[in-house]
Amino acid sequence: MNAPDLGKIVSAQKTPRLDHELIAEMVEAGSRVLDVGCGDGELLQLLTECKGVDGRGVELQRDKVNACVARGLSVIQGDADRDLDNYPDQAFDYAILSLTIQATRQPKTVLENLLRIGRRAIVSFPNFGHWHVRTKLLLTGRMPINDNLPDLWYLTPNAHLCTIRDFADLCELVHADVEQAVAFNAYGGRLPIKWSLSMQNLFGEKAVFLLRGPSRSSAAP
Amino acid sequence: MHSPTSKVARFDAGAPLRLACQQDLAPFSIAYETYGALNSDKSNAILICHALTADQYVASAHPITGKPGWWDNMVGSGKPIDTDRFYVICSNVLGGCMGSTGPASIDPASGVPYGLNFPVITLGDMVEAQARLMDYLGIDQLFAVIGGSMGGMQVLEWASRFKDRVFAAVPIATAAWHSSQNIAFHEVGRQAVMADPEWKGGNYYASGTIPRNGLAVARMAAHITYLSEEALHRKFGRSLQDRSEKTFSFSADFQVESYLRHQGSTFVDRFDANSYLYITRALDYFDLRENAGGVLANAFRGTKTRFCVVSFTSDWLYPTRESRTIVQALNAVAANVSFVEIESDKGHDAFLLEEPTFFATVRGFLNAAAVKRGLSAPKEVKR
Repeated sequence: MNAPDLGKIVSAQKTPRLDHELIAEMVEAGSRVLDVGCGDGELLQLLTECKGVDGRGVELQRDKVNACVARGLSVIQGDADRDLDNYPDQAFDYAILSLTIQATRQPKTVLENLLRIGRRAIVSFPNFGHWHVRTKLLLTGRMPINDNLPDLWYLTPNAHLCTIRDFADLCELVHADVEQAVAFNAYGGRLPIKWSLSMQNLFGEKAVFLLRGPSRSSAAP
Repeated sequence: MHSPTSKVARFDAGAPLRLACQQDLAPFSIAYETYGALNSDKSNAILICHALTADQYVASAHPITGKPGWWDNMVGSGKPIDTDRFYVICSNVLGGCMGSTGPASIDPASGVPYGLNFPVITLGDMVEAQARLMDYLGIDQLFAVIGGSMGGMQVLEWASRFKDRVFAAVPIATAAWHSSQNIAFHEVGRQAVMADPEWKGGNYYASGTIPRNGLAVARMAAHITYLSEEALHRKFGRSLQDRSEKTFSFSADFQVESYLRHQGSTFVDRFDANSYLYITRALDYFDLRENAGGVLANAFRGTKTRFCVVSFTSDWLYPTRESRTIVQALNAVAANVSFVEIESDKGHDAFLLEEPTFFATVRGFLNAAAVKRGLSAPKEVKR
């Protein structure tokens, strides 16, 4: 994995999101990237400027798509659940799903598609197993609300929240190799990689998984 | 119908155009307008493809109507298609009536206008003729090909036929094939023209008359399809025209009737009825899948062109789902594609209007493509 020029990243964008910064570390320079649920294009822009990627995006919300295209990014208005079927196998080096999988209708199908479209998939998601979430639920008996889960249950776009453990199980189910899994604590610090999955699941507020699809684990990068 | 004001590229009898119907057309002429300056390595040329009833006067006054260019808000100095940076070419389509060879042109075999002896042409033929114009101008690769409606279909033909000659493509408010509903509307228009006794089987040129009523009705019917129910309602509602009461007659009581009659009657002065028949036919025949083994994605396989597909929410003539079909085909070959749907209640004609989000999209896309193409940055925006 190439070391990213973090100084360059920081100068390109004043405050890159921490998961974006990590994804920028994971992505090899000059690669082809599809960012599914690319929002306003912040990550795509970061990857384009700092890693020279050939980036494409898919975003559901029309106004965000328009903003992306107006700033020169290749983004289409579309839906992770509906529009990934059209892409050919291995069309990209990385298929990224950043804080979006919990809002899809068919997370398993979406993940399988990502692993098919990209030689690698990068998935980040809010961890519902975080101690804060668990305590909130235990003590208040209500759906937790925090920075990562800001909406009331009846307003949230999230449909399939999961824990780090749940997601690891899904990766196993679809025969994806986890090449790297990084969890962030509530202050944005990375939890030590050596920590057990249980500990990551308890103290990680967000997680980023770098995955490789089933049939391609042995293929040369 | 020929306009003396445009530049005209003439292709003589030795360089015939082989048409889709397997006939050779020769000689033929393509009338065109240009704006801005071609750079030294000829890398900044943009071809704009016009819609059914438009012409080469994209950003300059129309010689017959005197009206400003039909896309004069989009094309010009400092505008999204910036003539300070780009060399913009717009040519009258083959089969048209503003200086390019069409049914009103003289048939060299008979010495009189072709009329219905003009071969039935396709959008592919129009694009082949445009490619000949690019050869004539010495332009190997266009920086961009841009067009809305029928112009968008030409953009798709360009991107499919001449993959190496199109760096960026912007098909707007368009489709990869003409739908049954669109063919149906065109047939209404053609039948209106042909039902007019002044049409005379297409040989009205000699008598100096035109099938004015038929062509006007065709235009009126078509014009409705370019708008939306909301736009019509907002503009006219049920308001009466210059009167306070209904007249209990068939005169144009309603403003919307008066408006359509005006659209029809002004159209006939600037458009040849036979051209209308031929160009609507070309549209009906358009199906990009035909030369791609029935699979649209094959039409784009191997493309390196950067695409920006644009649709409008209230366009029911070429609705968003048809743009989405194009995007899906492009994704299937991992093409570089952007796709935006612009919120507008103005119907199909929204692509001709100043919609800020649309303009920002075109500007942003072209700027990014220009960087990739190594073209100079835009000058400081002057407004």
